[in-house]
Amino acid sequence: MATIATIEHEKALHVKDFSFTYAKTAQPSLVEVSMPIAKTCITALIGPSGCGKTTLLRTFNRMHDLYAGNRYEGEIEFEGRNILGPKEDLIRLRTRIGMIFQKPTAFPMSIYDNIAYGLRLQGIKAKSELDDRVEKALNDAAIWPEVHQRLKKEASSLSGGQQQRLCIARAIAVEPEILLFDEPTSALDPISTQAIEQLIMQLKERISIVIVTHNMQQAARISDYTGFMYLGKLIELGKTDTLFVTPQEALTEEYIMGKFG
Amino acid sequence: MNAIDKRRLVSRVVLILSSISALIGLLFLFWILGVLILNGIESIRWDLFVYEGAPPGMLESGLKHALIGQLILVGCATLIGVPIGILGGTYLSEYAGNSRFGNFVRDISDIMMSAPSIVIGAFVYAVVVLPMGHFSGIAGVVALSIIMIPIILRTTDDMLQLVSPTLREAAYALGAPKYRVILSVVYRGAKAGVLTGIILGVARVAGETAPLLFTSFNDNFYSTDLMEPMASLTVTIYNYATSPYADWQSIGWAAAFMLSMFILALNIIGRLIILKRKGA
Repeated sequence: MATIATIEHEKALHVKDFSFTYAKTAQPSLVEVSMPIAKTCITALIGPSGCGKTTLLRTFNRMHDLYAGNRYEGEIEFEGRNILGPKEDLIRLRTRIGMIFQKPTAFPMSIYDNIAYGLRLQGIKAKSELDDRVEKALNDAAIWPEVHQRLKKEASSLSGGQQQRLCIARAIAVEPEILLFDEPTSALDPISTQAIEQLIMQLKERISIVIVTHNMQQAARISDYTGFMYLGKLIELGKTDTLFVTPQEALTEEYIMGKFG
Repeated sequence: MNAIDKRRLVSRVVLILSSISALIGLLFLFWILGVLILNGIESIRWDLFVYEGAPPGMLESGLKHALIGQLILVGCATLIGVPIGILGGTYLSEYAGNSRFGNFVRDISDIMMSAPSIVIGAFVYAVVVLPMGHFSGIAGVVALSIIMIPIILRTTDDMLQLVSPTLREAAYALGAPKYRVILSVVYRGAKAGVLTGIILGVARVAGETAPLLFTSFNDNFYSTDLMEPMASLTVTIYNYATSPYADWQSIGWAAAFMLSMFILALNIIGRLIILKRKGA
């Protein structure tokens, strides 16, 4: 059994006995994972490649449903219901739980239209409201000063780091409850990485954050809780301060000491 | 001779042989263009755009009927071919994916693309011209759109598939329904490629003669009635060039020149869009 530390905060998500198997494979990629995700905190998922951390992250907004044949068991509780239920409104769910990808995913349109995309999907049409919300999102993502004079320019004219902050702005414009980050800085230089990390730490005041990272230092720097996964199982979940100093599981200790991974 | 010298020699021989082959290919291209331009420019006059066809020996003889006919035939074929091609390509890329049915449609389209166009002409002759009892512009339009559809369908399919899956996922992750993802993100990402496919498809059918010979046939007079036989540049070139009259042959050169320049321009625009897209 995994060692799960007590979460002192309210729970944003609660994963219960969750197993996941990709289409056309017999071997499950996640095995009976149970894990609470604390509200308005940063939870980092670490572990060697192929341990299932991204697979787990992508179940929180049911990205796996885009591809046929994936199977899951167990429950994930969010806002008082099991989001794995067949009647879950995926479009609504994904506006409540946003996602940032490894590579920046700026849409082939202007900076303004990128941010307005999610807002327009929600039926906001009034120009003044769109203007306000776009400006607010860009401000919240700390990129407004860099782009406010070229909102009509193609988003592809921005640097990689700027594009990633643009994607964060786009995700927070629709005011999600939770944001999922899938190795958001692995394609970026150290300065852009630092900017994104600062941004994530500011966002946790009102958004619950789950971040998958290959970089243990990053997890230690920014997260409140850290979960260590190995071979499709959650081995240990603890407060970040404790987990990195006094891990409870031998496997966790070996991994953070760099003995494998 | 040591090993290095031997490799250098072989390399040089291959370089020379391949360069000569490339030059031979280019030689014919420029030869054809040169002959066309020389003869075409000599024969081209402004009043060709004003007068319709006339019997040999008449001064007031022109290509207005063929130019307008060509525009109507290619234009209508584009109006039919583009929506069907794009929607079909969208189905393949976004809905069928790698399913058996999807790949079956892809294979059929590839076969259709390499089908001799005269066979398509014969097919349309059987299903449109015979029941109608006479040649008609509409039969030509049908033949040209059948040739155009698989070209646009397959380019659209290929171009949409080039849009990265992560970009689609990013749109879904914002709560976009599938049709919005396709319309606003996938189409935008593939815009240049799809447009190129359309241009190349139009250029391809604009040069077709065989399928028009026994569908829209020809008409030496100006007509915009799709239910009647209709003139086209290609069939006019064929008729005028094979005629024994010097003035008709000259008009044939002018028509060939106009058609080639039009198709050349379409192809250059198509390539430019591809280049610009790669540069972006």
